[in-house]
Amino acid sequence: MANGKKLNLKQNYSMLTKGLDWEPSYQKKQDIFPQLEFEGIKIHDWSNWEDPFRLTIDAYWKYQGEKEKKLYAIIDAFQQNNGQFNVTDARYVQALKIFINAVVGLEYNAWRGFSRLGREFGAASPRIAAQMQAIDEMRHATTQTHACSHYARFFEGMGNAPYQFDRTWYLSIPKSFFEDACSSGPFEFVVAISFAFEYVLTNLVFMPWMSGAAYNGDMSTVSFGFSAQSDEARHMTLGLEVIKFLLEQDPDNVPIVQKWIDKWFWRAYRVLSLVATMMDYMLPKRVMSWDEAWTIYYEENGGALFADLARYGIKPPRDADVTIKEKERLSHEMWSIFYANRDVVGFPLWLPSQEEMNWMSEKYPNTFDKYYRPRFEYWKELEDNGTPFTNTTLPQLCQVCQWPCLFTEPDDPTEFSHHQTEYKDEHFQFCSDGCQHIFENEPEKYIQAWLPVHEIYKGNCILDDVDPESPDYNPMVEAIRYMGLKPGIDGGLFKEHNDAMNWEKWTERPSNIHNQPATDFVRKTGSDK
Amino acid sequence: MNESKHPVFIAFQANNDTLPIVNAITRDNPLAIVNEMPAMVKIDCPGRLVIKRSSIEEEVGREFDLQELQINLISLSGEINEDDDEFTLSWN
Amino acid sequence: MAVEIKTSGVKPLRNTFDHLVARFGDKPANRYQEFSFDTQPATNFHYKPLWNPDSEVYDINASAIKMNDWYALKDPRQFYYGSYVSARAKQQEAIDQQLAFIDDIGSLSSLPEKAKNLLTEIIVALRHYEWGANTNNNFIAAYGYGTTITQAATIATCDRLAMAQHLSRIGLLIDEKTGESLDKAKRIWIESPAWQGIRKDIEGVFVLRDWFEVFVAQNLVADGLMYPLIFDEFVSSFSRNYGNDLNSLTNYSVKWQSDFARWVDSVVKTASSESDENKEQINKWIDKWHASIYSSLGDLAKLAFGIECDESLEKINSSFIARISKLGLR
Repeated sequence: MANGKKLNLKQNYSMLTKGLDWEPSYQKKQDIFPQLEFEGIKIHDWSNWEDPFRLTIDAYWKYQGEKEKKLYAIIDAFQQNNGQFNVTDARYVQALKIFINAVVGLEYNAWRGFSRLGREFGAASPRIAAQMQAIDEMRHATTQTHACSHYARFFEGMGNAPYQFDRTWYLSIPKSFFEDACSSGPFEFVVAISFAFEYVLTNLVFMPWMSGAAYNGDMSTVSFGFSAQSDEARHMTLGLEVIKFLLEQDPDNVPIVQKWIDKWFWRAYRVLSLVATMMDYMLPKRVMSWDEAWTIYYEENGGALFADLARYGIKPPRDADVTIKEKERLSHEMWSIFYANRDVVGFPLWLPSQEEMNWMSEKYPNTFDKYYRPRFEYWKELEDNGTPFTNTTLPQLCQVCQWPCLFTEPDDPTEFSHHQTEYKDEHFQFCSDGCQHIFENEPEKYIQAWLPVHEIYKGNCILDDVDPESPDYNPMVEAIRYMGLKPGIDGGLFKEHNDAMNWEKWTERPSNIHNQPATDFVRKTGSDK
Repeated sequence: MNESKHPVFIAFQANNDTLPIVNAITRDNPLAIVNEMPAMVKIDCPGRLVIKRSSIEEEVGREFDLQELQINLISLSGEINEDDDEFTLSWN
Repeated sequence: MAVEIKTSGVKPLRNTFDHLVARFGDKPANRYQEFSFDTQPATNFHYKPLWNPDSEVYDINASAIKMNDWYALKDPRQFYYGSYVSARAKQQEAIDQQLAFIDDIGSLSSLPEKAKNLLTEIIVALRHYEWGANTNNNFIAAYGYGTTITQAATIATCDRLAMAQHLSRIGLLIDEKTGESLDKAKRIWIESPAWQGIRKDIEGVFVLRDWFEVFVAQNLVADGLMYPLIFDEFVSSFSRNYGNDLNSLTNYSVKWQSDFARWVDSVVKTASSESDENKEQINKWIDKWHASIYSSLGDLAKLAFGIECDESLEKINSSFIARISKLGLR
């Protein structure tokens, strides 16, 4: 009796996952799922959850298998052909150091967080969605490690990413962000990561920046970036599904979700601000400015999203207007602070060339020539005189986002934004009103923060072989060692850096396409185009 | 009943597999705007964008499963509705 | 931008990441090694979890088992994401052909009612056991320590859901895709005395808080008894009466389990060889779960084999005991 009947996509998915979970009767449900109640979210009917992608595992294996095959074919070819030398110049590679040292750790924590949701959510369908995202996030941490490992063999500063992620002062920015989410309840985590981080903001990393990677000849990175983002498209859909589900379950959920959207939009925006410098300063050839990207991906596409959610009573995030005010300054302010602190960061820094400054004048007509060009020109003069500007003290960090307090007041680009509050007789510093607001809602959480600069001053950042009583003990030198940074090798001025020297020796091309070659090697061979 | 004019978008890796998909989309969505960027093609459309299996099949000359879109997909924005014949993005 | 590069003279500055040089020596590392070792965040945690303020997000004290090096719990299959999905996609292609063939000839739906009932009550109901195993492996992925174990547990979580879906497909071949067999199997799982012992055990594992005990209870003991009982004993007895079509669909489960068991045995053996304390703890867990699960399987075996079930039970039990002693336990 042949059976020709074929189930369609929806039927097939629903049959294969149909009723897999059950109401327990030998144990109490609260004991099996202990995390579902303490956040105050009310779920009346988990069965209203709908997975829009309806991917069964066999289909998942098939499509992911194909994606992986394509990706590794490109990575293999790239490595065999020494593709690392085909990128625009050696400055481009510096951005990849941020990827391996910061982003892989984010993906890793995302894997952890979604694994917890895959276990703790109250029904099969949302648990399956979270489990699939968990294994995807594991994929991203893996493929990013594999794509970067080849670069690590030829360039400095990419050799000990996991060690640095746990210890390096500015890497506590991404680390604390994701640990904040992972230490939250399951509903807050999913709003934080699936919605605020992924749905609203990650397009900024994976679309314009990755397209920029392609433009600069890095087929390896663009392949893992786009391939990861195709999983992300499913994840973002989960993010939207989650929000609608929570809002539809009970009106009491609305203010809780709104509070989380406000908090996590700001938290995620501060982390992703790094992308602003990666786009404007670290891509030798640029696709679009941070300002343009923010306009498209947040203001237009995010605007569409929040217009859609208005029917539930959800408003755009509390500090959205600040991000719009900051968009003309963000990358310039951050590049300045990295440049000034270049001896204690894991990658070398440079001043923008004339060509690049002209591009920025065009892209940032209201701010660049007024505030930043004069600064960079002055610093260029100091560099040329052999007395480059440098910061000799460690910066004050924000208690919440852990960025140095480097940002300016939303309505005054000449005034540093500095906020302070007192809690239990202690003073806490913030980079912004947004971060202060987050602290004041949950002070008991944020007083726990492991703030690297504080820890250095407290003497907590030294290796076991160090004797702080010894006469030649230098706390800064020891702290840098503790953080896994190699002084004089990892950071400093780009033009004096090993990467620049090696690049010119190996490729006979200038390490910075806009400047004179840094070494005699290229000058002599004259292969500069 | 769908009246939103807010933009939805879908983006694919720019390659030989996605050419026919992009062609099918532009045929079925007269308001779609195709933005080409390095290695990527992003299609924006006000309010609603529909991808039809039958149109892609005409373009590629073979059977096409809409789940194959996954392979070259980069990103999207809008609420998804997917069945065997259509993949739709829209805002309310 | 094609650039002529005299790369023949270019020597890499280093062979691999620093932590892999420290672990495996100064030589290139493979892709399993690159992601699996020393990659988990391990110190300077910022906030205590709101869901358990006594723990950390990555908590080295989450189990009673203690390891000097948690990364010793390796996966002998050396699965990383890419090698895993490629291997499974290939296996799935083969099983899809089997499923399509059985679907075409309709050989399961045309079995006698009695046989279809038996399949529903045993094989299809087992999809809920697999969902339980998914839950338990997911727990290990979420709370385990060290990338080597959580990576393999994430893979196991996915595999168990896949197995639940595979068994569901067998149900759909029996009921001509109406889903009736799935509904019936769920009633059996919830109500039938044959399954209640197992369901009680699985729910008992759901409330454990030590991820290594979850590992022992589910992956070593429960699977170590259940898989041979169902996929060796039951399937052969069914095939003797009703032909080999079921066999062609469950071969996949048998092969999967033998591969999975290599990982399970390796983890248990490594952890128990680490110290007498570990060994004693693992033995205690084995005793506790072995006693409970083996006794629960008695009722299931009666449903599967009728009153002549003792032989099968003894057979699977003695091979389980042999497996355990081969691991240097009990």
